[in-house]
Amino acid sequence: MSTRLAKHGRLIDRSKQIDFTFNGKRMKGFAGDTLASALLANGQVMMGRSFKYHRPRGVVASGAEEPNALMQLGVGDRYEPNQRATTTELFSGLTAQSQNHWPSLEFDVLSINNKLSRFLTAGFYYKMFIHPRPLWKHVYEPIIRKSAGLGAAPDKELKDADTYEHFYFFADVLVIGGGVAGLQAAKAAAASGAKVLVMEQNNHWGGRAPVDGGTIDGEAPEVWIEKTLAELKAMDNVTLRDRCMGSGVYDHGYALGYERLTDHAPGQGGPRHRLWRVRAGQIVTATGAIERPLSFAGNDVPGVMLAGAMRDYVVNWGITPGQKVVVATNNDDAYRTALVLHDAGVEVVRVVDTRETGGGALMEAVREKGIRVELGRAIAKVKDGKCVTKVAICAQNGEGGAREEVEADAVAMSGGWSPVVHLWSHCGGKLIWDEVNANFRPDASRPPLNQDGEGFVVPAGAANGEFGLGALLEDAAAAGAKAAEAAGFPAKSVAAAKGVSEEEARMEAVWLMPAKAEIQLRMKSWLDYQNDVKVSDVQLAAREGYESVEHTKRYTTLGMATDQGKLSNINGLAILADSLNSEIPQVGTTTFRPPYHPISLGAIAGEARAEIFQPVRKTPIYDWFDKNGADWEPVGQWRRPFAITRPGEDRHAAVNREVKNTRENLGLLDASTLGKLIVKGPDAGKFLDMLYTNMMSTLKPGKCRYGLMCTENGFLMDDGVVARIDEDTFLCHTTTGGAERIHGWMEEWLQTEWWDWKVYVANVTEQYAQIAVVGPKARKVLEKLNAAAGGGMDVSKEALPFMEWRDGKIGEFDARAYRISFSGELSYEIAVAASEGQAFWDALMEAGKEFGVMPYGTETLHILRAEKGFIMIGDETDGTVIPQDLGLHWALSKKKDDYLGKRAQARSHMVDPDRWQLVGLETVDGSVLPDGAYAVGEGVNANGQRNMIGRVTSTYHSATLGRGIAMGLVKHGPKRMGEVIEFPGTDGKTYKAKIVDPVFYDKDGEKQNV
Amino acid sequence: MSKAVSVLNGAQYSGLAKVEDAGLQGMITLRGDLESKALKAAVKAATGAEVPARGTVSIAGNGAAAWMSPDELLLLVPYEDAVAKTAEVAEALKGEHALAVNVSDARAFFRLSGEGAREVLGKVSPVDFDAAAFTPGQFRRSRLAQVAGAFWLNEDGSFYIVCFRSVGEYVFKLLSAAAHPQSKVGVY
Repeated sequence: MSTRLAKHGRLIDRSKQIDFTFNGKRMKGFAGDTLASALLANGQVMMGRSFKYHRPRGVVASGAEEPNALMQLGVGDRYEPNQRATTTELFSGLTAQSQNHWPSLEFDVLSINNKLSRFLTAGFYYKMFIHPRPLWKHVYEPIIRKSAGLGAAPDKELKDADTYEHFYFFADVLVIGGGVAGLQAAKAAAASGAKVLVMEQNNHWGGRAPVDGGTIDGEAPEVWIEKTLAELKAMDNVTLRDRCMGSGVYDHGYALGYERLTDHAPGQGGPRHRLWRVRAGQIVTATGAIERPLSFAGNDVPGVMLAGAMRDYVVNWGITPGQKVVVATNNDDAYRTALVLHDAGVEVVRVVDTRETGGGALMEAVREKGIRVELGRAIAKVKDGKCVTKVAICAQNGEGGAREEVEADAVAMSGGWSPVVHLWSHCGGKLIWDEVNANFRPDASRPPLNQDGEGFVVPAGAANGEFGLGALLEDAAAAGAKAAEAAGFPAKSVAAAKGVSEEEARMEAVWLMPAKAEIQLRMKSWLDYQNDVKVSDVQLAAREGYESVEHTKRYTTLGMATDQGKLSNINGLAILADSLNSEIPQVGTTTFRPPYHPISLGAIAGEARAEIFQPVRKTPIYDWFDKNGADWEPVGQWRRPFAITRPGEDRHAAVNREVKNTRENLGLLDASTLGKLIVKGPDAGKFLDMLYTNMMSTLKPGKCRYGLMCTENGFLMDDGVVARIDEDTFLCHTTTGGAERIHGWMEEWLQTEWWDWKVYVANVTEQYAQIAVVGPKARKVLEKLNAAAGGGMDVSKEALPFMEWRDGKIGEFDARAYRISFSGELSYEIAVAASEGQAFWDALMEAGKEFGVMPYGTETLHILRAEKGFIMIGDETDGTVIPQDLGLHWALSKKKDDYLGKRAQARSHMVDPDRWQLVGLETVDGSVLPDGAYAVGEGVNANGQRNMIGRVTSTYHSATLGRGIAMGLVKHGPKRMGEVIEFPGTDGKTYKAKIVDPVFYDKDGEKQNV
Repeated sequence: MSKAVSVLNGAQYSGLAKVEDAGLQGMITLRGDLESKALKAAVKAATGAEVPARGTVSIAGNGAAAWMSPDELLLLVPYEDAVAKTAEVAEALKGEHALAVNVSDARAFFRLSGEGAREVLGKVSPVDFDAAAFTPGQFRRSRLAQVAGAFWLNEDGSFYIVCFRSVGEYVFKLLSAAAHPQSKVGVY
């Protein structure tokens, strides 16, 4: 059983006891513990169940690579599943629950899957569940989702209690990893004067060196680490961040850092995570190495651990994972674990070394302690269970027979070390196979390339495949200097610290233990713990023809879990290579993708939540509407009132009231959101003639003209009223959603095609509050304001006729008044400075009282225009509609040689008389047609569906007419006036509507021209 | 004019830095040939400032000119003078191909001050705010989280920030959130 040792534990503070709970059970740990070390201290070796077979699992690693010990942490609005116990710092009140079991960790009904494992091999789902189809959706998938899967999703009603943020940072050299290699590289880079940022994922610096021993500059590694840290901290050009993981490397020296600020102290205030968005000239990856498991039967039984991790638990946290330990290895490094365990008073039952010739000085040191070392031997099997009890030992070079069984409660395994090449590889760095250490390491000749075609990532230390402390530090110093130089800082020679560690004998590549293990053993030899992939699964995939490593990955799910195969990758592809009779370098690796380790969605979202989730654009009158019953709707990023409701009134009643009042009295609309673009220059007229389908250059100053804009493919993209301000200047109104888009459209043509035309464009949309004053009494209210101010603009029919504009005073306000109407009523759109918008609105509301003034919203705007048969971009158009479809031939200039869309509109499909065309639709019974409904014709199409002959584009209840009105596009529509066509609704009813003229109200336009 | 009101009507927030609605500010968008003598003279006449070098703002006693693009400046003048100054600039550039337009009311205007100002802005804008990289007089058009924004650094270490009026409230809340007292980064 695992327990806390009386000595060791360099990271814990035994004077500070911390209470926490695991599966409801109260436990104690120390400050400095991780959740994993604290659980082990409490004898909790089993920490979860596996994903597919629900096998008992314990912690196997000590860091970010951990595949098994995933926890559900916290409760309520701080609950989060799938958190690694190994990277969770212990804090008072921590609440953890294990995952993947029912009803409990100790007794799990679904562990029956373990018994069924021979039926649940690779590709099982594909093979079994593909037919019959409906069973997959309704039977298999729900069952599998229940049995497989990680922690439970958070309650969808709860919101994360924490906040998050981003931070942009710029560095000449970014060093990822704060182990001795990272510190050495940072020191070398900083000496050149470069601005250096160092990120370390843990809350302590120095990486593995203090655990692995040796000396640096003649002293214990801790001494050098402290000294170097102090030196770096004292430098102005160095920034050190701990608890900050280098998460991804991207093009152009962009990198992400994931800083965990309050995970160890929830609720202390401030952001929980900060995402560092770094632009670096050069990036040094000093990301260390990860130990590989050995593939023997039962290598997943709780108590089986990586040898290096076991050493970490002893040295860092004063924990022994067991009392009687078997060490299995193919290299010298694991002997360090045997020594550390022995020193801590733990019995090392046996060291089994696959190498016939054994190891070097470290092995001798172990033997000197009286520990039994067996060469050419292997673990045949660890007995299944919730904890290691018996270990069967056999010859490595055999099938697993002639076993000797020993009693043990923990196994330390080491299959060698793999450099962490992820960040090197994210942006395209290539790898080479290192025969000596049996691992992939960065190929210095093929680094990821930056915008200039130069390498921008430099690997350092163990991450570069350099493992001896001496070589590692020299490599790191060189990497730091190289990075600084590449970033433009002439290198200053900084002598590398002198590292000394024991000479190690050559390791032996071992991918299966024993080498010819029989099938029963291979079916219990795990490659990928988190996705429950075994040696036999990869071999099966190879037999079934999966030769590409990428295909095998997807077929077996090897490396597809949340740990992205940090432990399983090399072992898995070695087995695949062996099965294919190929070499490992030929099989290659799968693609390394960011993030290196899962990061929170909160960190990605940053500050964008709640009130600042998205910018909401507000007009100057927003607050007034909000206080006065606005029923808001989003229009792009704007909020506009759909209707302005009165107490006790629903939105539909409000709309009917607004429509009637505007037709009969006086309505006010906040039209500030409409785009306003100033187009100025000697070529402005020529430019607008190209952009609009109709002629704008002939417009006289003081006058307005409605215009259409099409894309170069002929489709309608925007419309609006253009006012000519002076000889050189036009003001173009766009739709609300079109302001930025059309501004960009104009700039694009001016900058790319007509760069020599003298035209400037400015977007002045937000300069003005624009109020539409609409209704038979519109003129009266303006005249009243002017009278009160003792003068002002003459707004009479004669002085300001329909489709003209004037500058002047309205009341006390400097204003520009346009006689334009989107409602069919007498209408003025009046623009004042946005800062005075609220004051102007207040003045109109006050003066309008006696005329029955009411504000109206977007729905009333829509109904008023639909009654008049005016089209709306986005309703009558959807990117496939041309002006001809809408009967807008009158707005297509025949005098102009060209305009954008003209040639496209001459294409055969565009002049096809079968194109659906705009008509009005009147239901036979006066009801309202469903929006978007399709009209059906005779017969069926090739797919057996009813033939379609049209669709509804706009549909409303018209309060003015007391009935439903609609517009739609109908095949041969204008030629079919009076015909009744059918629209099946989604409610089961069929709606009948008569084809009519789209202008329902005041066809001659007498009302607007008074 | 008392009826004119700035977007946040004087709102303030104090945290790592102080965020203030800086009130109504006259602003003129000027497009034209920045090398032309007439334009240089018109800028000087309207603001007292020289045409700024790329990426900078030139500040005079009662006005300033900021570099927006190779053919665009932002002129800063007192709010109440904006209409008249726009007309003056337009008049001075008659015959040149140029555009002067009053955009004073299209904008929200903030001041961000205090020791944390660089860090606060560094959370929402992808710009290097290191003291060596961003110096007084520098002017940047960039973004503030999800919206467009521009800013410059004053001699006293404070920033002036300009954004569109409609998102003024968003930017105020954004800057206030970034200035949360417990969110110090500690790098500048």
